[in-house]
Amino acid sequence: MPIINLDHISSNPLMPEVKEAMIAAIAADYHNPSSQHRAGEAAAAVLEQSRETVAALIHAANPKEVVFTSGGTESVNHAVKGVMLANTKKGRHVVISNIEHNAVIRSVRRLKGLGYQVTSLDVDAKGCVNPADVAAAITDETILVSIMHSNNETGTIQPIEEIAEITRKKKVIFHTDAVDSVGVVPIDVQSLGVDLLSFAANSFYGPTGVGGLYIRQGTNVWPLLDGGTQENNKRAGAENLIGIIGMAKAAEIARQKLPERMAYLKRLKSRLINALPGYIDDYIINTPENSLPNLVSLSLRYIEGESVMLMLDDEGMAVSTRSACASGSLRASHVLLSIGLSHADAQGTLVITLGIDNTEADIDAFLKALQKVVKTLRDISPLYQKA
Amino acid sequence: MYNKVVMDHFRNPRNVGVIENADGVGEVGNPICGDMMTIYLKVKDERIEDIKFQTFGCGSAIAVSSMLTEIARGKSISEAKKITNQDVANALEGLPKNKLHCSNLGADALHLAIEDYESKKAGKPRSPLKRKETHEHQTEGKCHCPYCDVELEEGAQFCEACQRSLVEEH
Repeated sequence: MPIINLDHISSNPLMPEVKEAMIAAIAADYHNPSSQHRAGEAAAAVLEQSRETVAALIHAANPKEVVFTSGGTESVNHAVKGVMLANTKKGRHVVISNIEHNAVIRSVRRLKGLGYQVTSLDVDAKGCVNPADVAAAITDETILVSIMHSNNETGTIQPIEEIAEITRKKKVIFHTDAVDSVGVVPIDVQSLGVDLLSFAANSFYGPTGVGGLYIRQGTNVWPLLDGGTQENNKRAGAENLIGIIGMAKAAEIARQKLPERMAYLKRLKSRLINALPGYIDDYIINTPENSLPNLVSLSLRYIEGESVMLMLDDEGMAVSTRSACASGSLRASHVLLSIGLSHADAQGTLVITLGIDNTEADIDAFLKALQKVVKTLRDISPLYQKA
Repeated sequence: MYNKVVMDHFRNPRNVGVIENADGVGEVGNPICGDMMTIYLKVKDERIEDIKFQTFGCGSAIAVSSMLTEIARGKSISEAKKITNQDVANALEGLPKNKLHCSNLGADALHLAIEDYESKKAGKPRSPLKRKETHEHQTEGKCHCPYCDVELEEGAQFCEACQRSLVEEH
């Protein structure tokens, strides 16, 4: 049975052009870009060309401000730990929000164990950070603010420009985790005003295992990996050139097609949200107006998400659930509790993420399958009171 | 993640539903822990003549409920009292380790239903079941460690017994 992928946030397929570019890169058998002989210089030229292409996607002033990494998780770890460790002379305080990805949360938790102080801000019911709260949280000891650009569970887009204005005035470094935004919505690091920005190739149909960290020139940040002088002394280790070439191809296409992709995804998302009442009742949409064009967070009341996910899998649909039961921790999602959902409603939450490979027919098939699964599980549920 | 027996009981759960005027009802769990299970019994001549369940929970919780009802059906009350959570997990040919707590609900719900039956028989019916209201934010309730089954306060971030972190949040 062909599987309809409605879980693009977990994995996007590679664009055919990206596959071709990577296969060609494997065939080319590039040498080490750091080597000074001709074979190395040929590889270095490809690397720097890729950097220019990727830098253009986020509108970096200088391609050298882009450091290639092994993906979003490394970028975030590098940004958070690298800034905190490099600036202890000024202080040891970091401000984050309650809805950050675990890459941020666990990085600051580790720093906390080393004597750093963490302030984590509440969000409103839409999952939005209030810039005034950021301003109020900053002290003389604060060296970093890290607030995500868009949330991976609700799709909420944060007021990054406003926060950047505050951090600029207060001379605090600002990092944004834009892993689910870059290549999905327009990102311009200069107009956003951020100092660091994390992103990953797979979010825009490039390979997994490769990402980038934008570091504004002049930002004091330590490398996460020490060793050679690669990546302008910011990230040691021979570059993953095959992955980087794939990322650059994906970035090039994403930049060209961004408006078209956004319009298409928005249309699919509206079709899904608008049609839902014809198929199910007793649900909550957790995704606000100002959100990613490809994400719908849907809480199905009286039923549990892992059961829904497993039954949809039987119907040939891949979705993600934020149910505690499906997570290793068996705890309700910290993001969903932060926006005020009850434990029970958080348990029944699906994250549906659309991709450019989805069609309107996929949405219609999903709605039919969802209707069937919801009915089956509500018939079993002791919480569901039949009207 | 789940084996074939578990998936079969999840996909085709046996004995789903409510028994009107049941002789015994047992309800365990709460949505904070992730699962709720209600067991209904019809008893004749001290034997479980009919048993049905309703469950809010993951694949494992539904499979456990289904298997439990299959094991208990037709058993005498004294036999049914001896059914353990381990019996249910064994009949399912094993559950993922972090899902073992789901199997604990099954036998507990059955034993509560039997208690309810015996109280009624003795002429001291328990107070009517209060179904937990799930719409409101719940701030209290007991949970068990998903890994080692020690009882924990709601909000516990770390299981001292098995030294495992229970939180994803900050």
